[in-house]
Amino acid sequence: MKFDNGIDSLGTEGLSLNCNPSLNLDMRAQQELIDQLYLMIHIRFIEHKIANMRKMGHIGGPVHLGAGQEAIAVGISRYLRKSDKIFSGHRSHAHLLAMGSDPYRLFAELLGRSTGLTKGMGGSMHLWDGPNGIYGAVPIVSGTVPLAVGAALALKMQNKDDIAIAYFGDGAIEEGVVHESLNLARQLCVPVLFVCENNFFSSHMHISQRQPSNSIARFSRANEIETETVDGNNIIDVENAASRLIDIARNKKMPVFMEAITYRHYGHVDWQEDADVGINRSQSDLKLWKLKDPIVRLESALLEVNFLNKDELQKRKTDIHKEIDSAWKLAFDDTEPESKSLLNFVYKG
Amino acid sequence: MTKKTSNNYGSAIREGFAYLLKKYPEVFVIGQGLWSPWYVGNSMTGLDKEFGIERIIDTPVAESACTGAAVGAALAGMKPIMVHPRMDFMLYAMDAIVNQAAKWSSMMGGQAHAGVTIRAIINRGGEQGAQHSQALHSWFAHIPGLRVVMPYSVSDARDLLIASALSGDPVIYIDDRWLYSNVEKLEPVSELDLKTQGPKIIKSGGDLTLVSAGYSTHLALEASKILSVEGIEAEVIDMRVLSPISPKAIIESVAKTGRLVTVDGGWSPAGFAGEIIATVTEGISPKLLKSSPRRVTLPFAPAPSAPALEKIYYPTPEDVVKVSRATFSD
Repeated sequence: MKFDNGIDSLGTEGLSLNCNPSLNLDMRAQQELIDQLYLMIHIRFIEHKIANMRKMGHIGGPVHLGAGQEAIAVGISRYLRKSDKIFSGHRSHAHLLAMGSDPYRLFAELLGRSTGLTKGMGGSMHLWDGPNGIYGAVPIVSGTVPLAVGAALALKMQNKDDIAIAYFGDGAIEEGVVHESLNLARQLCVPVLFVCENNFFSSHMHISQRQPSNSIARFSRANEIETETVDGNNIIDVENAASRLIDIARNKKMPVFMEAITYRHYGHVDWQEDADVGINRSQSDLKLWKLKDPIVRLESALLEVNFLNKDELQKRKTDIHKEIDSAWKLAFDDTEPESKSLLNFVYKG
Repeated sequence: MTKKTSNNYGSAIREGFAYLLKKYPEVFVIGQGLWSPWYVGNSMTGLDKEFGIERIIDTPVAESACTGAAVGAALAGMKPIMVHPRMDFMLYAMDAIVNQAAKWSSMMGGQAHAGVTIRAIINRGGEQGAQHSQALHSWFAHIPGLRVVMPYSVSDARDLLIASALSGDPVIYIDDRWLYSNVEKLEPVSELDLKTQGPKIIKSGGDLTLVSAGYSTHLALEASKILSVEGIEAEVIDMRVLSPISPKAIIESVAKTGRLVTVDGGWSPAGFAGEIIATVTEGISPKLLKSSPRRVTLPFAPAPSAPALEKIYYPTPEDVVKVSRATFSD
């Protein structure tokens, strides 16, 4: 299967071991690129930490990890403000962390501690971080897509130039409410960025088993919404598209749509990378996709042009690991919610 | 009802909307048919002209996305009122209502609240049949996080709409087209705190307690008049707010009368009429009950369209009288 922009579905064509798809870094400030790299590494290491802690049983609930998909959230968030309203689904950690959510509070939430992002009431699948623009990430597939449209409507009525963002996956496009939402957003002319992270899998099912085409963008185009399909593992491509689309949403008060092609390293849920719910993904596909790892690609490009040297990269990685470990330890020692919080949050009043 | 002014149930709802739209810039109304409001009787006439189509938003045929959008707008600081001209069509929007709005506050540790009002209209009779008739308030009263409001009186139609929109919580506000021509003299609006609103005794009596909400309260009240002629003084309690339920007034009344009949425009199984009976019987000594509690509900079948069947489908005051009398022969 080929995408309209030439990206093939499984990365099995035009890609050999020495053909690590290179990035074009021109027009980018050195420090900005390095910051983006470190942010992606920060998110990756957090996901690895969560995977390990889940495997060891410290985290009791399911975790949907986005390792391999970091470039999308990191690239898009570069153009977002903390006053924007971001909504997401079950695989949301990267969306929060890219906006600056505190890993300690994320860990605390995953551990069911009262200091967590949602005070221990949500776990990995129900996250909120309003001060960082995260208006809610919850796991009913496509459930938050219309919410983002409504938030965009509110922002337009309030005469703000903030926008709403709806992150969802390729499975969500099969839900009817997403099509209603695309039509409604276009008809109301509201500033919302729809981001479909197309990683080809909805739980255990490959997109070819679910849809007659692997192009998600066909649906946004059908609703006459400005659309870009990008290589979601190429942060430069993601940023270029995000910059253009977000500018349209912010300034013209119109919905825009990004389809970002990517691949997750882990299975649908929890820590195993070679297993999914029900069926195995192809190890060879995963291996090939890891060659297109967004972090490896940016690292290689930065090392190649001497924006970065190996020693400082290694040192930074060590520091990131240390920061994450101490955040975990801090969260681990926190207290659990009091029993009264079971009833305290049901109503506002 | 006193017929002193021209304020009827439908126009009272319209007054509620106008009050909110005038006073609160963050209120807007969204739903199907709002620019052609024959869908909703006289309850929204001319609001689009008066407040503009940016705030009175008629929508594509998309109950699910529109309700979700209303929830999202609430999370972003607005006070939206979502209108479903028929509750049956609202079933497309259950995810937004039950999974999202109802649970948002709890899931997010009380840091964010979906303060959206969802107006669901019961629009039945007239041979409309199974899919244009349902009264599903019991479903919503089952869900923690939702407030469920079902006004019977004309003043409640207006004031509980206002209280719902200002409550900050997701509210299912259910009105019934069969009440629209009821007339009442209205006092000026006073903003009520929805949290503090509960059942009201609208007719006192010592022999029997009738509990109901919405149009069923009309049936209960009519029945109480017939019973009164027979020498049975029924206390009629209008629930007003179905969830969260405040049972005190009902329990006290039944403790006094010893007899309970609930009247509900829904079906019996797992329904609101049964919930009231359970709540009361849990709350009082069985010694105080002079008879088994009873309920008047719909036959356990979808609404028919044939006039001959429709006539026997919906409960009447006479049905309530009959069941009430039976509590005296246990």
